[in-house]
Amino acid sequence: MTFPLQDLLTILPELIVIGTACLILALDPILEASKKDVLAWLTLGALAMCIGLTSSQMTGRVSAFSGMVVIDAYAAFWKLLLYIVTGLTVLLSLAYLKAERLSIGEYYGFILLALAGMMVMVSGADLLTIYLGTELMSLSLYVMAGLKRTEARSLEASAKYFVLGAFSSGILLYGISLLFGLAGSTGLSAIAAAIATHGTGDPLLSMALVLLAVGFGFKMAVVPFHMWTPDVYQGAPTSVTAFMAVASKAASFGAFLRVFVEGLGAASADWSVLFTVICLATLALGNLVAIVQTNIKRMLAYSSIAHAGYALIGVVVAGGHSGEGASTGFASVLLYIAIYSFMTLGAFALVGMLRKEGQESDQIEDYAGLAKREPLAAFFMLVFMVSLAGIPPTAGFIGKFYIFMAAVNGGMTWLAIVAVIFAAISAFYYLRVVMVMYMREAEGAIATHSRLETSPALSVVLACALAGVVLLGLFPNGLWSLASQAAPLLK
Amino acid sequence: MTSFPWLSLIVFLPLAGALLCLLVKAESARWLALGVTVADFVLSLPLWWLFDSSTAGMQFVERASWISSPPVQYSLGLDGISFPLVLMTTFLMPFCVTVSWTAIDKRVQLFMSMLLVMETAMLGVFVALDFVLFYVFWEAMLIPMYLLIGVWGGPNRLYAAIKFFLYTLAGSVLLLVAILALYFQGGHTFDILALSRGTYSASLQMWLFLAFFAAFAVKVPMFPFHTWLPDAHVEAPTAGSVILASVLLKMGTYGFLRFTLPMLPDATVSFTKPMIALSIIAIIYGAYMALAQTDIKKLIAYSSVSHMGFVTLGIFVLNIQGIEGAVMQMVNHGITTGGLFLCVGIIYERTHSRQIQDNTGLAGPMPRYALFLMIFALSSLGLPGTNSFVGEFLVLAGTFVWSQFAAALAALGVILAAAYILWLMQRVVFGTPAPAHRAHLLDLNARETATLIPLIVLVFVLGIFPNPLLTRMHASVTHLLGGAKNPAVAVEQQQAPVTADQSTAAIAAVLPHSSSDQAAAR
Repeated sequence: MTFPLQDLLTILPELIVIGTACLILALDPILEASKKDVLAWLTLGALAMCIGLTSSQMTGRVSAFSGMVVIDAYAAFWKLLLYIVTGLTVLLSLAYLKAERLSIGEYYGFILLALAGMMVMVSGADLLTIYLGTELMSLSLYVMAGLKRTEARSLEASAKYFVLGAFSSGILLYGISLLFGLAGSTGLSAIAAAIATHGTGDPLLSMALVLLAVGFGFKMAVVPFHMWTPDVYQGAPTSVTAFMAVASKAASFGAFLRVFVEGLGAASADWSVLFTVICLATLALGNLVAIVQTNIKRMLAYSSIAHAGYALIGVVVAGGHSGEGASTGFASVLLYIAIYSFMTLGAFALVGMLRKEGQESDQIEDYAGLAKREPLAAFFMLVFMVSLAGIPPTAGFIGKFYIFMAAVNGGMTWLAIVAVIFAAISAFYYLRVVMVMYMREAEGAIATHSRLETSPALSVVLACALAGVVLLGLFPNGLWSLASQAAPLLK
Repeated sequence: MTSFPWLSLIVFLPLAGALLCLLVKAESARWLALGVTVADFVLSLPLWWLFDSSTAGMQFVERASWISSPPVQYSLGLDGISFPLVLMTTFLMPFCVTVSWTAIDKRVQLFMSMLLVMETAMLGVFVALDFVLFYVFWEAMLIPMYLLIGVWGGPNRLYAAIKFFLYTLAGSVLLLVAILALYFQGGHTFDILALSRGTYSASLQMWLFLAFFAAFAVKVPMFPFHTWLPDAHVEAPTAGSVILASVLLKMGTYGFLRFTLPMLPDATVSFTKPMIALSIIAIIYGAYMALAQTDIKKLIAYSSVSHMGFVTLGIFVLNIQGIEGAVMQMVNHGITTGGLFLCVGIIYERTHSRQIQDNTGLAGPMPRYALFLMIFALSSLGLPGTNSFVGEFLVLAGTFVWSQFAAALAALGVILAAAYILWLMQRVVFGTPAPAHRAHLLDLNARETATLIPLIVLVFVLGIFPNPLLTRMHASVTHLLGGAKNPAVAVEQQQAPVTADQSTAAIAAVLPHSSSDQAAAR
């Protein structure tokens, strides 16, 4: 079986990423321990090339490999976001791995393999392609979560993530097989055509819808499929947590939207009810449980669950609509996830680098008096928290603004009201971090030993995240037009 | 004139100053903040003369596109309602800086920076002509205020700060949904003027009214949403209290005037009775609570609840005297209560107590202070000849037209105000000096005197010559009540055909007695 050159050119970014990953795995054993940084730079170089290539694929819609893969503005949007997020994660890891004295060259290889999986996910036009991408991403992340081999919590995270992840993959696969039985194909367009001819009354279809929702729900960490999130986020090395919370969530949303819109769009009346329930549960549980957390990584884990809930509002609204209303609904989801990525990545970057006697200090109490010891770091954290709470003039507000706008436009004002009330509740736990940093004095060990370990790479990460949060808050035009170009139209 | 971006400069000059403040040393930060606030006031001063009082339209308008889809504009403008509030804000900010000169000794840069950010946000609220832009400014002030209370506040500051934050945030998030609903019902625009021209169905108006009410009533604060105010006032540093009382509370009433009345006229009319009832409850309840306080700041906080009740009362009686009185009262309350909080801050710096019993008998050791305090206090109880009299009189006159019974009840608040204020003065100024502090009590120094004198001057200027300010707001208030769109209001207008000139004439008739009243009170 031969592939035409044209098809290979279409997936050139994926090939570059996988090629670089292999190169890193090959170079790792022969490089001296002190020179492992080279691998990070290699990764960044590959990402830069991909950014260039994908930017040129922003227009039009190209199918490759007999319709298994599709390259369009939608895929390009997610890929560009993933490149940026991955690049920032690599920079963060450069600082983090040193501080944790983890010198593992494969690390960057795994990041790239996970990225490759995510890229396949967002540009897959066939359920099997998407499934392959999901597995590639997940397998790499299982390993990365357990990277701190000496720490029981990291291993626990890895094992838990693996068991639950494998379970959810199985459910996903079951849903896919049901759809195959229904449509005789796993291609999204074939499935859409089959639903159009058979109608949506088939119980098999409802079953498949639920199973797919469960499978993707696990990956997106929405309630009630969120149970793994706090433990895994807390146990995994923080740079990996950041990557999971941001990149893996973005890619899962990307694939999820594509499947439910392009494949199951005709059944949107059914799934939008399903997701309304999930969305409400996610908003409620994420926001309420985050209030009682004392560990900042767990708090951010619940916060990431809650943010998935806000993004789902856009999905729900778009599902109940066709035409322009649906398109703005989806665009608001893309915008929301992109903005969420910047603020969450920034917050995790600070969490990872704030250390007490060489250990990560991940208790919220450890941030007491930070504004005095590290005024700049505290200010950055303040901005990220304010943005996560959705208070203007930060980007977090713009994200929520478009989501709520879509909800009101779609006639779901009640959902917007529920969501803004939860947004007000969320301010409580985000502001508690601000309160501890600015209004509490540090005592004892925290005062003398808790410091932010700075490095040039970390500064770049923080500067980029802050710029993202502030500039996207003040000038959202560019990102919004990208998102609305990329937003898929319900057929 | 219109091409010069007055408003942008006035709004964003403090923000630039705020960034600079973070980069310099503590002492320079104080001077820088003072320089910036004074410069901002000087910059806003020409508006007094450039302002055209013959038109109700927006002046000094600036427009630029901010977000292209949906069309959110960066548009600023000033009319007779926002104009006095902008000037009041720029006028008061320098005193917030000077009163914090020595009182704030930790993290001075951050403090001054937050004060300046507050100024930008507050001015932005008053001049924004786009609903989303308004909301951005409205919410942007939460964080600096939260820090002002939480970092530099009193012992119970953490509780007060988060309470302030959550109360006001919870109120205003519903406003966001209301804004979005208006956007889709009002012709896909966020432009405040365009939205004000639209007509909306009665049920939509009712829902929007409730959402607006949640946001604005918490900010005013109207009874029963006032419970954050005493906590926040008591725990905030002096400058924070001044900002809260003088400017922040006015945003709520400004919101009613700018949005609720013009956009939701039918709902406003149908909610008039409950709103007036809440206002009168606030007037009496606030005054009654003030009587019972032993903490001076808390007493003034409750008096604010009472005074702001007059403002909402004036707004919802929906006649020209009531609303002009309300706007006057907004400015006056800003000056008088601002002055009172400055005075409390000054004495707190000396005795480190806000309790009345620790601060008695100040007339002896601090005669100049006692005089200033007395003037603000008398203004606060609405003594003729001082500024507050004008506002309260107009509001009461407007209420009288609406219902004599309501006016009688509201007037009770004036009597109670006299009771709690005079009783407070009796103890603080003339009581037996508290022994513990007598030795340290130095009278006002030059900085403190300079802080209070301009406010004192304004107390009398606005009390004796309210006309220049009233004429400047007259066209806008008339336009606001403009019956064309609002038949119900128009009917009430006909019943009470009173113009501003008549209302000021009414005051002029009362004023001659003022000198003798004043003498009697002293």
